[in-house]
Amino acid sequence: MSGKFVVGYDGSEAARRALDFAIERAAAQGGAVLIAHVLEWSPYSFLTPTELEERHKRRREELERAETALMAPVVKEASGKGAEIESVIRYGRIAEVLCEIARENGAGQIFIGRNGHSAWGARVFGSVASALVQTAPVPCTIVP
Amino acid sequence: MYRTFTRAAAAAAGLSLIGAAPALAQSIDEKVNQLFASSTGWFVNFIFSPFPGTSFPWIVAWLVIAATVFTLYFVFIQFRAFGHAISLVKGDYSDPNDAGEVSHFQALATALSGTVGLGNIAGVAVAIGIGGPGATFWMILAGLMGMASKFTECTLGVKYRNEYEDGTVSGGPMYYLTKGFAERGLPGGKILAVMFSIFCILGALGGGNMFQANQAHQQITGIVGEFPGWITGVIFAVVVFAVIVGGLKSIASVTEKVVPFMGVMYVLAALVIILMNADMIGWAFGQIFAGAFTGLGVAGGMVGALIQGFKRAAFSNEAGVGSAAIAHSAVRTKEPITEGFVSLLEPFIDTVVICTMTALVIIISGQLVSDPETGLYLVTDSGMIQTADGSSGVSLTSAAFATAFGWFPYVLALAVILFAFSTMISWSYYGLKAWTYLFGEGKSKEITFKVIFCIFVVIGAAANLGPVIDFSDAAIFAMAVVNVFGLYFLMPIVKKELHSYLARLKSGEIHKFH
Repeated sequence: MSGKFVVGYDGSEAARRALDFAIERAAAQGGAVLIAHVLEWSPYSFLTPTELEERHKRRREELERAETALMAPVVKEASGKGAEIESVIRYGRIAEVLCEIARENGAGQIFIGRNGHSAWGARVFGSVASALVQTAPVPCTIVP
Repeated sequence: MYRTFTRAAAAAAGLSLIGAAPALAQSIDEKVNQLFASSTGWFVNFIFSPFPGTSFPWIVAWLVIAATVFTLYFVFIQFRAFGHAISLVKGDYSDPNDAGEVSHFQALATALSGTVGLGNIAGVAVAIGIGGPGATFWMILAGLMGMASKFTECTLGVKYRNEYEDGTVSGGPMYYLTKGFAERGLPGGKILAVMFSIFCILGALGGGNMFQANQAHQQITGIVGEFPGWITGVIFAVVVFAVIVGGLKSIASVTEKVVPFMGVMYVLAALVIILMNADMIGWAFGQIFAGAFTGLGVAGGMVGALIQGFKRAAFSNEAGVGSAAIAHSAVRTKEPITEGFVSLLEPFIDTVVICTMTALVIIISGQLVSDPETGLYLVTDSGMIQTADGSSGVSLTSAAFATAFGWFPYVLALAVILFAFSTMISWSYYGLKAWTYLFGEGKSKEITFKVIFCIFVVIGAAANLGPVIDFSDAAIFAMAVVNVFGLYFLMPIVKKELHSYLARLKSGEIHKFH
């Protein structure tokens, strides 16, 4: 079993719990944690001409913001707890991209937090957790 | 897209103004009309003048000949590359690391929302109403040929776009005319680009704005009854202002989501009607083929059907006009030619699919009245085919759909209003790009154009501006004169790109990611 864990992180309380949980496990076995932030994106959405024109610029801004406001602080905080910390930011569908990242990095497990939607809400809006358990190439841990 | 039907509709908008405003306003309106007509009439007459002794406008021949030349020059690229175009739109060849950038699908969808509109619904009804079912055949043929024109202009649009330091892009005929001509060592690129930009601004304010506002108002009064057009105009102008000046994304993104949905729904409704009358499909195609070569009694016979069909296709999908090249330029790709491939789907969807659906529904629902003995269509004094309830234009389409679904006219009215709105948003952008090309980029310059654009929304909805609309239609086709002229000189560049790309595709250097 590989020593790397992928953690889906979006800055929420639940994601935070999942991260702490993963770090604890990784530290115990001397592994690494890859903190992954996915910006929800579909290449099949509809945009206005102005949005098309500015898309490249906006993307750059979004990536910068995610890096400075979200990832840099959490990486700093998570480091020094006994596990090696890496981070990655990607665009796409959250569950799909987490699976890809796990595959590319040969990770042994995926951790995500559960945001506590009701069953009904998950049915209507879809749930990252259920999509992930259905499709993930490695074991998944859903942290409540 | 526009230049569809009716001066009568524009006149009706004028009547509503009379109802609201004192006679003074009316006389000012008339004076404006007269002044405008007398100073621009020569230009309109020139653009839409027919070949001597015929009723065939030379501008339509210009576009059809261009489409034929590009089809032959690129050896039927629209058929050869069709499958590859679909793969590209699906994202098979998109680098996953580019996720978050403009995809081929998004560029295509945005360009389509600028062309799918009144022309597909109302314009086709006019074409069929005058040219008979046979016009459909020529319309499809011209649509298929137009795919090659789109391919040429959109490839160049991406190849010669400007990419700025902040990451934004600007593209379109004004850029490829300037840079492409310079690259080939040809003079006059700059002059063509300036001419194109002027026509593009006029076309954006007219056909892309006033005409749309005017037709949207017609739809609204058709449902709630007559009321002054300026009210519709002000509401539309406020919403357009909020989107293009205020950057109110929510409205734009709602429209951008609803419009494709409406388009799909329109095609589905048409398919249901066609399938409900499955036994008539063979007959309908029989009428289309027979009509294409004999006319089946329509005014002008076969040539009459041909003119109407060609005209409709050219006016609907804008192939050769150059507008789509502006919208397609924002895509993220290292290969300009890929956007050319994707763009050739546009006339296919617009003309070969959507326009044909409208035509089939009108034919199958039996709206056109023919003589049961001779099988020839009955033609009224005005040259129109007699219809079941005497309607024409958008109301003919509406009546045809209502034979199956009584409630459909309401959905259709909503669709027309939304299509009009999305077309305005697209053309406000095309006009803006031409404006900044002429006057330079800058916040205040952009705001100036956007405010002018919003003012024209009100004018378009409120007044009877027949001559103005004629003029702006002429301006849009003048864009095609300049653009196609330039394309003839630049097409060898596209050919080089095409050969290089196809060779690398074959060798596996360009490969699928998924």
